[in-house]
Amino acid sequence: MNEALNDSVVLIGRHMRHLTRIPEKLIGVTIMPIALVLVFGYLFGSAMSVPGGGNYQEYIMAGIFVQMMLAGIGTTAIGVADDLNNGLVDRFRSLPMSQVAVLIGRTASDLVLTLVSCIGITAVGYLIGWRTHQGFVKTLAGFGLLLLLGYAVSWLGVLIGLVVRNPEAVNSISVFISMPLSFLSAAFIPLNNLPSWLQVIAEWNPMSAVVTAVRSLWGNPTAVTADSSFALRHPLPFALIGSILLLAVMVPLASRAYRRAVAA
Amino acid sequence: MSIAISAQGLRKRYGDHEALKGVDLTVEEGTVLGLLGPNGAGKTTIVRILATLIEADAGQATVAGYDIARQPREVRRRIGLTGQYAALDERLTGRENLVLIGRLFHIGRFAARTRAQELLEQFGLTEAAGRRVSTYSGGMRRRLDLAASLIASPPIIFLDEPTTGLDPASRNVLWEMVREQVRNGVTVLLTTQYLEEADQLADRIIVINDGLTVGEGTPDELKRTVGGERLEITFTETETAEVAAKALSAVGFAPAMADQAVPRLSAPLETGLVGIALASTTLDQLGLAVADFSVRKPSLDDVFLELTGKQGMQRAEAEHTMQEDPEAVSR
Ligand SMILES: Nc1ncnc2c1ncn2[C@@H]1O[C@H](COP(=O)(O)OP(=O)(O)OP(=O)(O)O)[C@@H](O)[C@H]1O
Ligand SMILES: [Mg+2]
Repeated sequence: MNEALNDSVVLIGRHMRHLTRIPEKLIGVTIMPIALVLVFGYLFGSAMSVPGGGNYQEYIMAGIFVQMMLAGIGTTAIGVADDLNNGLVDRFRSLPMSQVAVLIGRTASDLVLTLVSCIGITAVGYLIGWRTHQGFVKTLAGFGLLLLLGYAVSWLGVLIGLVVRNPEAVNSISVFISMPLSFLSAAFIPLNNLPSWLQVIAEWNPMSAVVTAVRSLWGNPTAVTADSSFALRHPLPFALIGSILLLAVMVPLASRAYRRAVAA
Repeated sequence: MSIAISAQGLRKRYGDHEALKGVDLTVEEGTVLGLLGPNGAGKTTIVRILATLIEADAGQATVAGYDIARQPREVRRRIGLTGQYAALDERLTGRENLVLIGRLFHIGRFAARTRAQELLEQFGLTEAAGRRVSTYSGGMRRRLDLAASLIASPPIIFLDEPTTGLDPASRNVLWEMVREQVRNGVTVLLTTQYLEEADQLADRIIVINDGLTVGEGTPDELKRTVGGERLEITFTETETAEVAAKALSAVGFAPAMADQAVPRLSAPLETGLVGIALASTTLDQLGLAVADFSVRKPSLDDVFLELTGKQGMQRAEAEHTMQEDPEAVSR
């Protein structure tokens, strides 16, 4: 266990060094959400109204953070596929090190990347008028929940990277998975106007639970009404359980896929 | 002397292609075993099995006294692997690569740094140590790759075609580094396609073809199976070659027409320089026009032909590529 920790730390260090050598990567993951903030905050913001009242700029921020976490699937998946196509994995396999540390190092450092770009988005959000209203601790708790989701879905990215392997295919498959997860949720749009069958799917989409939980922690408008789904009326436990469950399923699956992928 | 590596009946199948069909080998501690064979013979597969990267379908092996299937972790603590393709982090510097591997070997941060510095000096990489590996030449990468496998001073190292693609100077440098390890008591298992490399470095050689051992012995023993050096003399005219053949036979050579297309004589050369002098004076005294006069060492081609009864490397390779599943090649 101690060894796994040591090896993970060493490998996180390796990825952090990479980040300092390819700062484009940080810009790459930050630029899209900034564009989203501007597009949704300004362009659509005036045309949208949040049911139950509230400012759309404040409504949208949690959604953009959730979208960022989902975009992390692709970042991690491509990183894993790259690692696999590099002979370095063979060297790692010949070392007396913890093999799961390779995946922990990758996911943990992608989380650091996400965290850094979160700081950038927070600043931009602040500029367009987004505020939290429930105090420092709950604001942090909201970010904690987001990062938990981000970490859980990055293991889904690991699995995709290991199974698909080809970097281009990995990219499109990640987009294919993350798009409906965010757009078929309460991330960007209040769900009240959707056709009823879509509304059911979107209301039970775990992303909706996370985004709603974050909104309520931040005191931002949630657009939840008395006839919203049970999950949306109790978003916090659903968000927590959903993320932890995803992590609990993905970590062993991804570890097994790793052992298979490298032993070929 | 004790046994560092021993394997019995190793088999490995990829789809419906049998890459290893039951290979046995033993390497005594402190010696060098050369695995010699053409493309696709199964050399890399053997190394990957012994280095615990893949599992054999059948057979068993111990490395440093530990069973590769049951105690892979113990095996990994005691081996260094330099794979056929460089296993380096292109975005890190040479020094960072070495320290990274050292720390994953759990030799400690301080020891990793000290040892990295030592190896950088020893491998002539101090000047490039702070540069990213992506700017390194092929020879520098190879050296760094070898250095990385030595960072924890393992008692056993595996080298998979360590000099393929290197120029003769870099190749000599690498050979010297391998010899240095052997002087320090390290056991080496090395694969190569070149008889000369096996000859230079190996105490014993195993010739592998198509997943099977087809020959085994010391470099000298192997060469003896194909005879020693040969004298090859090419003429411009067939008649001249015939006259020369008679004259050379008269002074004790056993020349034979080596080629149908070109008038070329080939004769075993048993007496070294004396024989060369004798042959050249004989031809000179007769005033025969010689197009080419050379001494040829037995090549892997010859060993191969002798051991398998098949055509040499080029032919074997061509046949092989045709059988090969195109997808398998990319891996
Ligand atoms: N992962 C794999 N999947 C399918 N076939 C493979 C795989 N690895 C090796 N093979 C096949 O097994 C055979 C032996 O391969 P191996 O790499 O051991 O040869 P080699 O002696 O190292 O050749 P080379 O000199 O070209 O490196 C080849 O026919 C190869 O195509
Ligand atoms: Mg090979």
